[in-house]
Amino acid sequence: MDIEEVRKVASLARLSLSEEELATYGEQLTRILGYVKVLDEVDIEGVDPMPHAVDLQNVFREDAETESLPREDALSNACKTDGQYFQVPQILDQKD
Amino acid sequence: MSDPHSLSTADLIARLNGGETTSRALVEHSLARIAELNPTINAFVSTDAESALAAADAIDARRSAGESLGLLQGLPLGLKDNICRQGAATTCGSRMLNNFQPPYDAHVVERIQAEDGIVIGKLNLDEFAMGSTTETSVHGVTRNPANTDHTPGGSSGGSAAAVAAGMVPLALGSDTGGSIRQPASFCGVVGLKPTYGRVSRYGLVAFASSLDQIGPLAKDTYGAALLLQTIAGHDQRDSTSVDHPVDNYMTAATTARENLRIGVVKDHYTDGLSDDVRAAIESQLEAYKSAGATLVDIELPHAKYAVATYYLIAPSEASSNLARYDGIHYGHRSEQFDPATDNLVDLYCQSRAEGFGPEVKRRIMLGTYALSAGYYDAYYLKALKVRRRIREDFDKAFQHVDVIAGPVAPSTAFPIGDKADDPLALYLSDIYTLSANLAGIPGISIPLAAAPSGLPIGLQLQAPAFAESTLLAAASCCG
Repeated sequence: MDIEEVRKVASLARLSLSEEELATYGEQLTRILGYVKVLDEVDIEGVDPMPHAVDLQNVFREDAETESLPREDALSNACKTDGQYFQVPQILDQKD
Repeated sequence: MSDPHSLSTADLIARLNGGETTSRALVEHSLARIAELNPTINAFVSTDAESALAAADAIDARRSAGESLGLLQGLPLGLKDNICRQGAATTCGSRMLNNFQPPYDAHVVERIQAEDGIVIGKLNLDEFAMGSTTETSVHGVTRNPANTDHTPGGSSGGSAAAVAAGMVPLALGSDTGGSIRQPASFCGVVGLKPTYGRVSRYGLVAFASSLDQIGPLAKDTYGAALLLQTIAGHDQRDSTSVDHPVDNYMTAATTARENLRIGVVKDHYTDGLSDDVRAAIESQLEAYKSAGATLVDIELPHAKYAVATYYLIAPSEASSNLARYDGIHYGHRSEQFDPATDNLVDLYCQSRAEGFGPEVKRRIMLGTYALSAGYYDAYYLKALKVRRRIREDFDKAFQHVDVIAGPVAPSTAFPIGDKADDPLALYLSDIYTLSANLAGIPGISIPLAAAPSGLPIGLQLQAPAFAESTLLAAASCCG
């Protein structure tokens, strides 16, 4: 992976990384991705992907009313609230 | 009474029932052991003595009044710090969650309370359960009670070390790629990863959701059976929890199983396996044979691809799961934010950069790459197909054998700091445990005789999905 590719992945991952970190991860990821090439040996022709250990179909439940988390509890771990809502920085009329 | 930490789980239960000890005495003993040993071992990251003693007194009062008690009878235990307990800090060993206090209990915590278990506190882990040494936690390194220059393994290193050091008889861990079994092996305790879907993940902080399972660590097989009995079963709040009948695990763990067919995989014994571990496993296989078991050579031809498969799937799922940490709803929010020049995305990027440690960032990066446009088919999708091949190998093997026996890890516990700079080398040491998570089958680590160095060695047994009883029966033959 070249440094620009690493920078792009960091941006997709929403991680702000230093130049030094970008270089380290680039090198380590390149080694790991080199290793996983071993999977090319496996005959996977016609094999269904296995995203999950249990072959579950849709799981339905009754559409019943239940109590939900009280607002105070839901907000209790937030960094900033006004007591009713989560607060975030202004996102409109800002730089892109 | 002899020191509670030297008694078996069954003895502890018998003494509680016979009035020879009380829950308060056991909780006090646990707290005293923690006070004495934790400054060195660093297994517990938090304790709640007051609520534990109050719970013990309430259980003792009910016992005195002749009430029948739940399965755990007032035994103290610890929780890996990625399992939510209402109002108790649940940090995942991460700066990201250092101030997080869950507003609800995990399903397993509700089950423990319903069965009269007493939670003493929370146990250290690799950050977000990503690791196999318990060296990456914001709470510092956990040390192996057998030799404090060595790691306890991980990621449930705190759970394994706490049980091995006699701080608690039982603990819960979680296992995504070996994180219960490998530390159990390194510390010389029993650790069981249940079948995927056997135990509800509701309230377990997600790492890789198609692989994560909560399971017990205990000083003996009976203790693991007791705690599994407590937590197993269907829960609607985890849609991947399977509605499958729950066996009587305690009976299984105390009933000899005749004519056991044990599968042995030749490929497990190639280079990379240390001589100490090889000798211990071979000697145990001989013991099984002498006890009447049949050893059957089997093949798991795709097992050698488990590391590559796992280290694409698990980081992919992790990168998606950990996207929730944005510094808004909960978790760390960066102070380095200037509303005049920075926007919301800058806040996310900065909060995540400050909140996550190096290994977590590495896995998020790897997973993000494997899922990104242009690479998805070559990496993630291919890994999912190989995963099915790995599962098919097990399905074939279990037509001929009841359990598969082999090593848990290629070596005994790593020295602290040994593999800190080489992530791939550390990943490769997970080779024996990853397949069970990929296939969704249960596995257990049981202690064998220690190596000449004094470091413990575990035997891994694996069984078909939902055959935890077979696993426990086979495990009980060696202790």
